[in-house]
Amino acid sequence: MSFVILASVTVIAALGLLFARKPVHAALSLAVVMVGLAMIYATLEAPFLFAVQIVVYTGAILMLFLFVIMLVGVDTSDTLKETIAGQKVLATLLGVGLGAILIAGIGQASIATMRGLSSANEGGNVQRLADLLFSRYVIAFEATSALLITAAIGAMVLAHRERIDPKQSQTDLAQKRVADYAKSGKHLGPLPPPGTFARHNSNDTPALLPDGSQSTESVPAILAGGRADEEAKGE
Amino acid sequence: MVTPVAAGGVFSLIWLVIALPLAGAALILVGRPLAPALFDRIGHWLAVGLAGGSFVLSLVLFFAALGRDEESRQVVQHLYTWFDTGDLSVGFDLLYDQLSGLFLLLITGVGTLIHVYSVGYMAHDERRTRFFGYLNLFLAAMLMLVLAENYVGLFLGWEGVGLASYLLIGFWQHKPSAAAAAKKAFVMNRVGDMGLSLAIALSFVTFGSTSFSAIDIGDTTTTTLNWLGILLLIGACGKSAQVPLQGWLLDAMEGPTPVSALIHAATMVTAGVYLIVRSSAIFDAAEVASTAVVVVALVTIIWGAALSCVKDDIKKVLAGSTMSQIGYMMLAAGLGGPGYAFAIFHLLTHGFFKANMFLGAGSLMHGMNDDVNLKHYGALSRAMPVTFLTFAMGYLAIIGFPGFAGFWSKDKILEVAFAESWLVGIIALLAAGVTAFYMTRLMMLAFFGRKRWPEGVHPHESPRIMTGPLVVLAALSVLGGVFTLGGWIEHWLEPVTAIGHAEHHGPLPVWATSVLAVLVVAIGVAAAGFVFGRRPATTEPTPYLHVPHVEDVVVPPGLAITRGALATDKYAVDGLMSGGPVALAAIAGELRKAQTGYVRSYALSVLGGTVLVALALIVVS
Amino acid sequence: MTDNTTAYVILSAILFTIGTIGVLTRRNAIVVFMCVELMLNAANLALVAFSRMHGNLDGQVTAFFVMVVAAAEVVVGLAIIMTIFRTRNTASVDEPRMLKW
Repeated sequence: MSFVILASVTVIAALGLLFARKPVHAALSLAVVMVGLAMIYATLEAPFLFAVQIVVYTGAILMLFLFVIMLVGVDTSDTLKETIAGQKVLATLLGVGLGAILIAGIGQASIATMRGLSSANEGGNVQRLADLLFSRYVIAFEATSALLITAAIGAMVLAHRERIDPKQSQTDLAQKRVADYAKSGKHLGPLPPPGTFARHNSNDTPALLPDGSQSTESVPAILAGGRADEEAKGE
Repeated sequence: MVTPVAAGGVFSLIWLVIALPLAGAALILVGRPLAPALFDRIGHWLAVGLAGGSFVLSLVLFFAALGRDEESRQVVQHLYTWFDTGDLSVGFDLLYDQLSGLFLLLITGVGTLIHVYSVGYMAHDERRTRFFGYLNLFLAAMLMLVLAENYVGLFLGWEGVGLASYLLIGFWQHKPSAAAAAKKAFVMNRVGDMGLSLAIALSFVTFGSTSFSAIDIGDTTTTTLNWLGILLLIGACGKSAQVPLQGWLLDAMEGPTPVSALIHAATMVTAGVYLIVRSSAIFDAAEVASTAVVVVALVTIIWGAALSCVKDDIKKVLAGSTMSQIGYMMLAAGLGGPGYAFAIFHLLTHGFFKANMFLGAGSLMHGMNDDVNLKHYGALSRAMPVTFLTFAMGYLAIIGFPGFAGFWSKDKILEVAFAESWLVGIIALLAAGVTAFYMTRLMMLAFFGRKRWPEGVHPHESPRIMTGPLVVLAALSVLGGVFTLGGWIEHWLEPVTAIGHAEHHGPLPVWATSVLAVLVVAIGVAAAGFVFGRRPATTEPTPYLHVPHVEDVVVPPGLAITRGALATDKYAVDGLMSGGPVALAAIAGELRKAQTGYVRSYALSVLGGTVLVALALIVVS
Repeated sequence: MTDNTTAYVILSAILFTIGTIGVLTRRNAIVVFMCVELMLNAANLALVAFSRMHGNLDGQVTAFFVMVVAAAEVVVGLAIIMTIFRTRNTASVDEPRMLKW
């Protein structure tokens, strides 16, 4: 019974991921999928995986996704119109075809009924997993840890920006600001931060000036757009 | 046939006769690009000198032959074995006998005179030196033709004169008409050459050798002999401009006048007659072939005469006349027996008076600023007296005025014609009348009547270097009949033409034929005088009926075939060659559209492949 | 709880299919990435189900490793997307077309 409910929820959430227009909605659908899968693991006598799924996948990986969506642009949404001719139709057809083939293949294969993990889980699932991990799969374990370290370093390298000109010290920056103000009347102080309002407070929400108009300077140039009109209408 | 003896004494210099002009040609044609200034000063004199040297040598050889007795007058000089393969052995041998001796005198004598004339005629041409190189080349080739001991050597000379003719007709390369005429002459000659080549091959197959002395009638079938004769006739038609290969001769008048005089009057066009006389043994035994020769000759006599009656270009009138006169020679040769000797006799006299008239025409043109239109001449007898007198000598000779050279030679031919049949005789006789008619027309239009000169033309007599040869040739036209004194020429040529001194008894006695001839000629002259003397001639061109020529029938299908072949090559063959790459490029152009650059379409391809693999797995298992 | 392994495997297949279609259809790079994660999760599900079928924990250990690898992949992948976004100002997967003919 529980399987049926869990399975339906998972599939509906997966479809939500497929059809959601805004990336944030897609991320949330994925979260539902992952939690659902965690529950299924729990029913399959895999408590450790149930926990790890929620902590690592939903808690870490999905959050990482959400951070990036924030940085890239909450509002960038796909239009329904497809740019490549025939892509959507063909993709759907082939995808469904793949699914059909997989299911047909599974149906043809004779899969035994579940034996259950009562004997394997003797003494606790975690302990038995630890036994396997550090005896039979220890090399794979070490390799994956190396992989993780590499991934972290890789991310750092990718995000690193090499400096071309010498770093300007505080004094240099302050002098430059004053010089600009003298020459062109550019505002001496820092740019205003994005606005913080009841309904929206992301990076692309513009701050309001004293007279109620939006400050275009408060939104990073690349994110400017979308949100500004809504605020003007709403508040 | 008399067996030829080996060359000895002065006859060991036979080869020098050819070598002198050949060396001249080589020197001039190779040397002038290397040292232009030097050769432009002495080149023409070098050519004249070498031609003259050949003439002197020919005279020496002739007198030496005269001194010998009949059995040893045919001399063979073996130079080297040209090629020797299997059954065929051809030597580079020269044969000096009575026939080639006469030809040598004609070619080198008239040739030298024309060389001298050309020094004056071509004085203003900047390529004069090259012209003399070609003239010498022609002499060498023609001499090779008549001195060869076998058909292959003759063919070498045959082709050589064809080449020289092409070079000389098209000498003024900048004129498209000249270039076209040269090509036309060469191509029509080629058709004749095909006949001659086949004859040579057939002769080898039949007699086992291509040498003249190897022709042994013996038990050769008449069919083979007839075929040989007909093939030789085709060759002769091409070279001598007989119907049906006559179309090139009138166009060949595009060349400078000395060329027309030397090649297309005196020597090259007579090569066909030489060929037939040389092969007399074959024609004597081949009835069909000799009849064919007679028919061709008669048609050509009439054709040439008809052409000359209506042409306004003085050179074309003379060319038509040449065609007609060679027809007379071919007629005599075709009739056989003593006809061979008479053909050669007429050939010699014709060489004198026709060259004379051509050079005279050149002199007239020189005075009239190179205008050839007779309708623009008139009353030149007073303006150019020497030319007029010398031309008149040639005129009297060709119409057969009693006593002049042509009278003797043409009458002999008329005798043989009447001996054959009334029809042949009457046709030949009437043609003589027509000859008189058109020659008188030429004389009247050119020398008499009122002046019709265009603006700015002041005719004056030509320089002595041109009138000198005219005088010599005029004298020969008057005195050339001496060759038949006492039947000398028939007796002289007897060993060559291999017949006994056959008595030809025509239906008419000899004096009657002559009287009849003079009568017909007189009627012709009177008719012309009446037609052209009563009303002064206008400058209007003479109208005439255009008769379709062989070229009109043969050329359009040939052009169509050529165009078809060209189209096939361009579209089918080239299409196939470039079509492959083009098709490949088109396919590639379509295929590369799969490289859209979109990651998602590539991912789609991956998915497609995966589905296929999965399907395969399922089907297999 | 059902003893029918087939059901779980079929569910895994369905999730995998949905993930595939998503990868091919969506244009936002991050959403495409999320669909890839979905596909990995579907594989994990199959592994755990088979582990229970066989009665040993090998499947679960493998699923664990898959999770670790997926985490590493997400880190690097998102870093790349960020870098591309910085230079090109767009997160659309259709944007880089340099391999076009």
